[in-house]
Amino acid sequence: MSENQKQRQSRIRNFSIIAHIDHGKSTLADRILEATQALTKREMKAQALDAMDLERERGITIKLNAVELTYKAPDGEEYIFHLIDTPGHVDFSYEVSRSLAACEGALLVVDAAQGVEAQTLANVYLALENDLEIIPVINKIDLPSADPERVKQEIEDVIGLDASDAVLASAKAGIGTEDILTQIIEKIPAPSGDPNAPLKALIFDSLYDAYRGVIVYIRVMEGSVRVGDTIKMMANGKTFEVLEVGVATPKIENREELSVGDVGFITASIKSVHDTRVGDTVTNADRPADQPLPGYRKMNPMVYCGLYPIDTARYDDLREALGRLELNDSSLQYEPETSEALGFGFRCGFLGLLHMDIVQERLEREFNIDLIATAPSVIYKVKLNDGSSVRVGNPSEMPERKFIQEIEEPYVKATVMTPNDYVGAVMELCQRKRGEFKTMEYLDANRTNVIYDLPLSEIMYDFFDILKSSTKGYASLDYEMDGYRSSDLVKMDILLNGEKVDALSVIVHQEFAYERGKAIVEKLKQLIPRQQFEVPIQAAIGQKIISRSTIKALRKNVLAKCYGGDVSRKRKLLEKQKEGKKRMKAVGSVEVPQEAFMAVFKMSHDD
Amino acid sequence: MTINPAKVRGAYIHIPFCDHICYYCDFNKVFMKNQPVDDYLDALAQEMSHYAEFGLPQTIYIGGGTPTALNERQFERLFQTVRKYLFHPAVKEFTVEANPENLNEAKLEIMKRYGVTRLSIGVQTFDDQLLKTIGRAHQSDDAERAVRLAQRHGFDNITVDLMFALPGQTESSLHDSMERALRLGTPHISIYSLQLEPKTIFYNRMKSGSLRLPGEDIEADMYGQIILELGRYGLHHYEISNFAKPGFEGIHNSLYWQNEEYYGMGAGAHGYVNGMRYANAGPIKKYIDSVRKNGHSRRSEHAVTFEEKMEEEMFLGLRLMKGVSIDHFNDKFGRPIETVYGDAIERLKKKGLLAEHDGRLAMTQRGIFLGNDVFGAFLMS
Repeated sequence: MSENQKQRQSRIRNFSIIAHIDHGKSTLADRILEATQALTKREMKAQALDAMDLERERGITIKLNAVELTYKAPDGEEYIFHLIDTPGHVDFSYEVSRSLAACEGALLVVDAAQGVEAQTLANVYLALENDLEIIPVINKIDLPSADPERVKQEIEDVIGLDASDAVLASAKAGIGTEDILTQIIEKIPAPSGDPNAPLKALIFDSLYDAYRGVIVYIRVMEGSVRVGDTIKMMANGKTFEVLEVGVATPKIENREELSVGDVGFITASIKSVHDTRVGDTVTNADRPADQPLPGYRKMNPMVYCGLYPIDTARYDDLREALGRLELNDSSLQYEPETSEALGFGFRCGFLGLLHMDIVQERLEREFNIDLIATAPSVIYKVKLNDGSSVRVGNPSEMPERKFIQEIEEPYVKATVMTPNDYVGAVMELCQRKRGEFKTMEYLDANRTNVIYDLPLSEIMYDFFDILKSSTKGYASLDYEMDGYRSSDLVKMDILLNGEKVDALSVIVHQEFAYERGKAIVEKLKQLIPRQQFEVPIQAAIGQKIISRSTIKALRKNVLAKCYGGDVSRKRKLLEKQKEGKKRMKAVGSVEVPQEAFMAVFKMSHDD
Repeated sequence: MTINPAKVRGAYIHIPFCDHICYYCDFNKVFMKNQPVDDYLDALAQEMSHYAEFGLPQTIYIGGGTPTALNERQFERLFQTVRKYLFHPAVKEFTVEANPENLNEAKLEIMKRYGVTRLSIGVQTFDDQLLKTIGRAHQSDDAERAVRLAQRHGFDNITVDLMFALPGQTESSLHDSMERALRLGTPHISIYSLQLEPKTIFYNRMKSGSLRLPGEDIEADMYGQIILELGRYGLHHYEISNFAKPGFEGIHNSLYWQNEEYYGMGAGAHGYVNGMRYANAGPIKKYIDSVRKNGHSRRSEHAVTFEEKMEEEMFLGLRLMKGVSIDHFNDKFGRPIETVYGDAIERLKKKGLLAEHDGRLAMTQRGIFLGNDVFGAFLMS
């Protein structure tokens, strides 16, 4: 290795930012970009790293991003920073762990008023598992409610980090940025790999581009990669010839080579993101590494739901849209399915509920397809009497009870971090959701981690809403998958006007069937508008009706209002009404609005 | 735009001033205090002269707001202007809206003098408690007094405006109101159901959850009760919200339903002239400024397409109980109605919402209640 190269490697600092949603991660990233003059003020759109509209709107980061920044330190030396952005939600914790694995250090951003939250904690643990140097940053110190001393204490008590050097910052006001940059140089170690060893590069993200194929974001751990190299994906053995190598500054800059410690991208006419799985190792096909980097896992969907176009004529558009999204989202799965009630659609698999929401919203927004989403379902493992077993992700496909020997459902280990005052409420909720108490961890004088094993389906249902409302928003939740367990589950069908609507079927625990049935029937009664005839709604298990209600017939909708000569107003009203009808699905002879299909799933606390 | 005088049948003149704002009202209106009323009347005069050049209307309707909120001097000026530009002896109907609390002898005398033939009196209900609830400025006795006073001044053709589905209104209160209206012997009653519209006090109350409205069932019961009770008294139901003794149907309003053209004058007024629907500027100052500048104040103009015209023929025409003449439709649009609306008509007939009699398509009793489903069926896209 040349001296030059050695020196360059010693000046590289790779880091991520860990923060709870809203604690100011994106704003801090913007400040760092500004301070390193990666972007002029004029180019600076607030929160430059969040590329997609949806991300900016929801204030969360879905797609990872990495930038190379040049920082001229006050000592006159020039450093190369790689800032790797991470998604901030439990659905994407594997991706977070892989992007952390691409770093040597992390900034831990904690809100000076709100303190450490469960999600932050989870990501800090991921960072510690990856041996990262962590620099605590207490943000929003300019808020009136800021209490940095308390938060410092919390970081020490709860996480066990030394917070005495924590930077007091306000990313919004630009306070503390220089301190942060100095600590990055002083505390985060330079990358240590051997540039002459066979190539080992970690994939932490990939993005499909219509002209260049998949753009693979990598961190080089050992060796180097150059244009013209033949690379090999170690998970599936596929090989590709590298066409481009480069970095984002954040403007795209092509380079000759990426060497140890570099974070950038390669393109190689790769057709599908399914060949560039996050966590996989890229090596050189002619001189391969013996072992891939540790930690690779293939992510499987946890949550399934049916997606149907309201307008059946748009089935092909939906297929195409899903195909386009899949190009960029290797965790999204879909396959065609048919519903008697909804016609042709797709059963789609997601990493979690947020992932599901995001995909639905993108389909509606970017592809203008009005969708009906059925209630999400987990995957059940069903053992049949004949000894075979099936996996069921669509409640309507649950075999008849008489054939079933046993149903298993996925469980999670859920950690609820709550102020001590609400421990009782949290435990009561977990108990009610069929939870099994595991343990409690007393974090400090004020807070406790309550740990339960819970069925995933209960977490999906309304757990989070109730948790928030019964702890005044103070509790936070983190969970990880914890295998399957046998449960006393039954399929509940919903009948509208005497006809079973397959898209409304749900799997429920026997013990809660009556309660759920009643709630669903009442909710549907509220959501389905009156029709020109009376519509009975029933919930049934097998042949047995367990709850019923009736939507009365529509009696009057004529507008007996004085509009005078304002005909355009009358017209708008009728057009709006017609538009509303278009967003309904005719199920048999009943017009059912979109939301009703989610009703079996989304119940507010008071229902 | 150029105006084809033969086509324009009516003139609507809007007086946007009120000395009191009712809780449900979403019409273009402002508190009268400190408003440039005289400038407004000047602008109206200019606008009338602008349109009058293109031909005189057969009906005139002055509405609001509250036309009778004008003081007597302003009131008389308004009528002088109308006489100067629009009025002529062959006018078939000249209606003015009046509020009970500010209709007095002087104003009645002025209207009589200037040829007003019909008064529309905003009573809304004879239930004093309800009048307060909906923010009206008058009480039931004022309403009776106003109607009787008008009758003594020789106004026989009076219509009383009533409302139903008001918050807290009961069927017996509605019954009493209709009875008191009927006892006054007016040949016409309009009865509108309360609609919550944005930017009204009621709407805000509804949003905050503090407004209790009768539900759809009570509203439907009330509507049925209205049709029955007024019919029994000999006021026939000729439009969704309108009831009249034979020969006393509102001519001006019927122009709207028959898809005819009309001038709209005044701030926020809507007009339909030469195939163009337009809306005037709403804010008083904007209206005045643009009339001064252009002679008119048309803000949004929309050339009604052939399709839209057919749609409007149907969804307006079917508001009338006599419905739409099939021959008239075929002649007007040069194509048989079945080729345009065959499917919709068939569907509605099958559902029992529409029927055909004597060459006319009209809503059935059930259709009247579910009128929005009927009207909506005639929108093409």
